[in-house]
Amino acid sequence: MWFPKLLPVTERSLLRPFLHHTTNPLLHSSTTSLRQSNLLPRRVSTAAVSPMESISVLMTCPPVHPYLVEALEKRFTLHKLDSVPDKPQFLSSHRDSIRAVVGNAAAGADAELIDQLPKLEIVSSYSVGLDKIDLAKCKEKGIRVTNTPDVLTDDVADLALGLMLAVLRRLCESDRYVRSGLWKKGDYKLTTKFSGKTVGIIGLGRIGMAIAQRAEAFSCPISYFSRSQKPGINYKYHPSVVDLAANCDILVVACALTPETRHIINREVIDALGPKGVLINIGRGPHVDEAELVSALVEGRLGGAGLDVFQDEPNVPEELFKLENVVLLPHVGSGTVETRQAMADLVVGNLEAHFLNKPLLTPVV
Amino acid sequence: MASPAAAAAAEENLPQVLILLNPPAFTIFGEEYFTSSKFRFLKSYESSLPLDEFLSANGRPMRALLATAATIVGAGVLELLPDLRLIVTTSAGLDQLDLAECRRRGIRIASAGDIYSADVADCAVGLLIDVLRKISASNRYVKNGFWASKGDYPLGSKLRGKRIGIVGLGRIGLQVAKRLQQGFGCTVSYNSRKKKNPDQVPYPFYQDVQELAANSDALILCCGLTEQTRHVVDKEVLAALGKAGVIVNVARGAVVDEKEMVRCLVEGEIAGAGLDVFEDEPVVPKELLELDNVVLSPHSAVLTRESMMELARLVVGNLEAFFSNEPLLSEYEDD
Repeated sequence: MWFPKLLPVTERSLLRPFLHHTTNPLLHSSTTSLRQSNLLPRRVSTAAVSPMESISVLMTCPPVHPYLVEALEKRFTLHKLDSVPDKPQFLSSHRDSIRAVVGNAAAGADAELIDQLPKLEIVSSYSVGLDKIDLAKCKEKGIRVTNTPDVLTDDVADLALGLMLAVLRRLCESDRYVRSGLWKKGDYKLTTKFSGKTVGIIGLGRIGMAIAQRAEAFSCPISYFSRSQKPGINYKYHPSVVDLAANCDILVVACALTPETRHIINREVIDALGPKGVLINIGRGPHVDEAELVSALVEGRLGGAGLDVFQDEPNVPEELFKLENVVLLPHVGSGTVETRQAMADLVVGNLEAHFLNKPLLTPVV
Repeated sequence: MASPAAAAAAEENLPQVLILLNPPAFTIFGEEYFTSSKFRFLKSYESSLPLDEFLSANGRPMRALLATAATIVGAGVLELLPDLRLIVTTSAGLDQLDLAECRRRGIRIASAGDIYSADVADCAVGLLIDVLRKISASNRYVKNGFWASKGDYPLGSKLRGKRIGIVGLGRIGLQVAKRLQQGFGCTVSYNSRKKKNPDQVPYPFYQDVQELAANSDALILCCGLTEQTRHVVDKEVLAALGKAGVIVNVARGAVVDEKEMVRCLVEGEIAGAGLDVFEDEPVVPKELLELDNVVLSPHSAVLTRESMMELARLVVGNLEAFFSNEPLLSEYEDD
């Protein structure tokens, strides 16, 4: 169940010029209800004449989403760091004008960048993950930080399930089997049933809960590991990741990347998951000791893996390419037209709110 | 300990179960799982004799038949088996049997029942997610090394909120509905031979498949193949489904006008398809092999280790029950 973050009445009334009439968000699908529940600005219009045109915004991530780039360029003076030939020179000559940074899962605002931008007021991330932003530094300097929670929860959870089904049922390999003409020679081999398998979730936040809800519809028993046991949750808690791995069929990484959760999937966990176990990673590449994972898969010590994220994207260990029990995706967890648009609207909406001295839509800091 | 002669004589007295075509389950899983001390299989396909001569040579009344999905049992075959009282199928579907003729002759049928339903539903949902989120296509992209060289893969389409039209709300259709509506937040509607009791089935019913298609973002075909459902997904239904529409077929290839569907996919008249079944298996229209918005599966929706174990248990159980005059485990009831 998707739970909207409801704003107090005073903030809602401040946001009224930007937003649709409020209705019960629980009755609608996510983006519609978000739009109507004051958590999303009105879809950006070409008629809007912005007083903020002179504000310099620096996009530190590659400008992959045309809609987002256009929306930012309409409202602000947008600089794309990716296309700047001499980055240090650029930062130096723009240090006094850049007031906002837009980042994503690939690049955000680390301590070094923050130090080079003394006029930086806000970092708006086109992601829910905050691992590329030095939050402590932002807090220290009073720099606001926003991300894109909730709007991408469904897509990421859907992809986790899609990966589970693809790996256990060998959907990608079967497709390859048909395309190569091999079906004419005989049936593809037996695969593994998904329904009823125990799903172990690391991190029972919004995305973890959404994965649990989906897996339950397949009669999968759910167990989890979290920093602390959650009250009122019916799923089986395990006090360690190794314990969780030893007692589930499919292990999913759904927690935030922090210094504590780096390499949370290590050799010990992989061994516990074992030759019949499957790892699904829709978190961040560094959650997994990638070298250990690769050797476990190549040597058959791990049953399979569905991976959407990697240590050094877009580079993926080539040893995994030929493995039929491995599905590799190019970081598409939130990769739908609908969700990327909703994420872009949040990024732009947060920046607008900040520069108009209104409450931020989805602040982290 | 019985003497070899006595053992052989005992074997000779075991009831026989006729098999006309090699069961794929014997090959892919293992015949050893289907053996029993209570009966023996008689495989007519291992003989070069035509069936009538084979049966004469065997000389014993055939009371039971193990039929696969491909074993067509019509009046002609039944004519040769006057003592037949039981057909056990390895399939859940019964379109290969002349049910009316079986009924007329008092032949009981034991199907694979509900054992495959979860696996088929899982396959249908897996194919739908794959098509919408381009899982197989982008897995290919990464494994070809293109992510590093060519950049990000095109965006897919969100699943939550999609309107799903299920054609055939039987055991499989109901499991698909549950997964998609309760699990993923889709909105399910359906078409079936008869409208189901709304107290038990909360989804809106459409009498007409074309109207269902017009109100759906994805059609999932879960019905049996009958005279009524042959090519039920035709040109009009595909047009009603529309350019953004997706088809998932885990039923039978012939439920769809395959040629028309291929044309729609090639020309962009529908957005994509996830197909486990085809009109002329294992032949797959070559145009589909070139498309990235199509996910292809070699009629393997039921082919999991777990389903095969269940099938073996059910086949052996049904046959043993029959020969012991006990109730069948999964007797098919006409409705």
